[in-house]
Amino acid sequence: MTKTEPLLRVTNLKKYFPIKGGVFGRRVGDVKAVNDVSFEVYDKEVLGIVGESGCGKSTTGKALLRLIEPTEGSVYFQGEDITAKSPEEMRKMRRDMQIIFQDPYASLNPRHTVEKILGEPLLVHGVGSKAERRKKVEEILEIVGLPKEHASRYPHQFSGGQRQRIGIARALIVRPKLIVCDEPVSALDVSIQSQILNLMEDLQEDFGLTYIFIAHDLSVVKHISHRIGVMYLGKMVELSSNEDLYSEPLHPYTQSLLSAVPEPDPDMQKDRIVLEGDVPSPSDPPDGCAFHNRCPSCMEICKTVIPEFREVRKDHFTACHLYNEEQPVN
Amino acid sequence: MEAADKKTGQPMPGPENQEPNTSVPEPASPWKVAFRRLRKNKLAMIGLGIILFFIAIALAAPLLTSQGYETMNGSDRLQGPSGAYWFGTDDLGRDIFARIVYGARISLFVGFFAVTGALVFGSILGIVAGYYGRWVDMIISRFFDIMLAFPSILLAIAIVAILGPSLQNALIAIAIINIPIFGRLVRSKVISIREEEYIMAAKAQGMKSGRILIHHVLPNSTAPIIVQATLGFGTAILEAAALGFLGLGAQPPTPEWGRMLSDSRQYIQSAPWTVLFPGISIMLVVLGFNMIGDGLRDALDPKLKQ
Repeated sequence: MTKTEPLLRVTNLKKYFPIKGGVFGRRVGDVKAVNDVSFEVYDKEVLGIVGESGCGKSTTGKALLRLIEPTEGSVYFQGEDITAKSPEEMRKMRRDMQIIFQDPYASLNPRHTVEKILGEPLLVHGVGSKAERRKKVEEILEIVGLPKEHASRYPHQFSGGQRQRIGIARALIVRPKLIVCDEPVSALDVSIQSQILNLMEDLQEDFGLTYIFIAHDLSVVKHISHRIGVMYLGKMVELSSNEDLYSEPLHPYTQSLLSAVPEPDPDMQKDRIVLEGDVPSPSDPPDGCAFHNRCPSCMEICKTVIPEFREVRKDHFTACHLYNEEQPVN
Repeated sequence: MEAADKKTGQPMPGPENQEPNTSVPEPASPWKVAFRRLRKNKLAMIGLGIILFFIAIALAAPLLTSQGYETMNGSDRLQGPSGAYWFGTDDLGRDIFARIVYGARISLFVGFFAVTGALVFGSILGIVAGYYGRWVDMIISRFFDIMLAFPSILLAIAIVAILGPSLQNALIAIAIINIPIFGRLVRSKVISIREEEYIMAAKAQGMKSGRILIHHVLPNSTAPIIVQATLGFGTAILEAAALGFLGLGAQPPTPEWGRMLSDSRQYIQSAPWTVLFPGISIMLVVLGFNMIGDGLRDALDPKLKQ
């Protein structure tokens, strides 16, 4: 991986959902789903984003494609700020940035045939004639491992894994540079998960794709990612290469997360870090570090000062006061 | 497409690739599946039979009747059903059978155009309200609420009173009072479809909102609209009969069923057939539309049935 200009640079991305209340539907608060997240994704890289349910990882993925309009922050794609684009400019840019959804049952229009589902992205971007589009649909079906005869079928005639292949084909058919994969395998059976993962891995290599791979399953993310970001309560708490994160997790949240990964050997004794309490409400996050009330190594400073997200080792970022003393390496 | 060639010969093996292929041999559109379900529903088929029967007699009216619905036979007033007059005659000596048969034309005509009018205008308002939301939705929805706050027949009477009593104005009034019913249905459906993930997917593909509305939102909203239109057909016929009964719809000598009921109600004791046959006709047509409407609802959305 070469460190050149990143393909995607997200700076201080925030998404607050208003909570309406009272008689007149006033804004009484915000759910801070994504609260000041910054990261970069390089060309042909797979960036994994992990975190528990409700930590804002899916919202991050959708907000950086402007499928959910971000509250604040900028998203630079190939050096251009897409948050400043007009709807029509944005519409055209979508050809380069696609998404694969989590639920293959909800993300395919039940009234369209596979041919229409896959041909429509080409149509709206003005690619080819009807016959050329048909040919491209058949090609892409074979690439994702479905017989081309299935083009005339409807989504309800496919299994979950097959539907997800169609979802992948739909994202891939316009030849995008970046694909946001929003938990693409978590709705599938374990036996099919690995097939889909392998397919996605092959496609990434064959087409030189860049993935933002969102998941809650650490083993899935470890399998596919080059770098991994860990999110907690709307914030990115740690970001490093795959190897570094698993061998030397810095943030206490990442440490406890990794210790919770089940081991296949029942006799193996493991020091698990079991967290106390629940994730606080994202509408009312704790002062200081969002993790301080559950952190096993909480200090006084953690309760008042929000830790800065900084590079404490080479290419290893974390937001934790435990590493305040360490000098940033350059 | 070098990557394509590399992979062409080796689609991913796995159980998921075979399993549903055997069970579903040919492509079945959701419409075909629904139609097959409808065919199995006996009540719906009976309803369809009734409707087709009335359509047939309406079309074949001149062939079925020996005399016109206006012909008055002065010597045969208030005759009971007989070989000459199957359904008897009314107080002016007109053949009730002929009037019923020609009346079917009127009722189906009113039902069709009132429903079409309400459907078109209601759908446009509902789509606009549901898709654009905010203040547009506010204005349209409050307008619907105001209309629904009136008892519908009272509103229809008011509209006919303004426009003047005639069959055409009764039809317009029935269409207007049904606009909010279709409008609210379409609006609620559009709102729920708008939040579906495949709509977000369509947006992610780079589609314009007009295309999303026409190709994604509308086709997924049609099922309840079809059901409501079928049920609305029955209601519209009933409303036309009610307006006719009140003397605000079709004017004499038009053989409108509601009007026939009203004109003959004083003979209900002495010559019950004069009200019996128009009454049964109204009931049968409305019943038929309700049965087929219920069947369609079950066929188009099997999840609702249980």
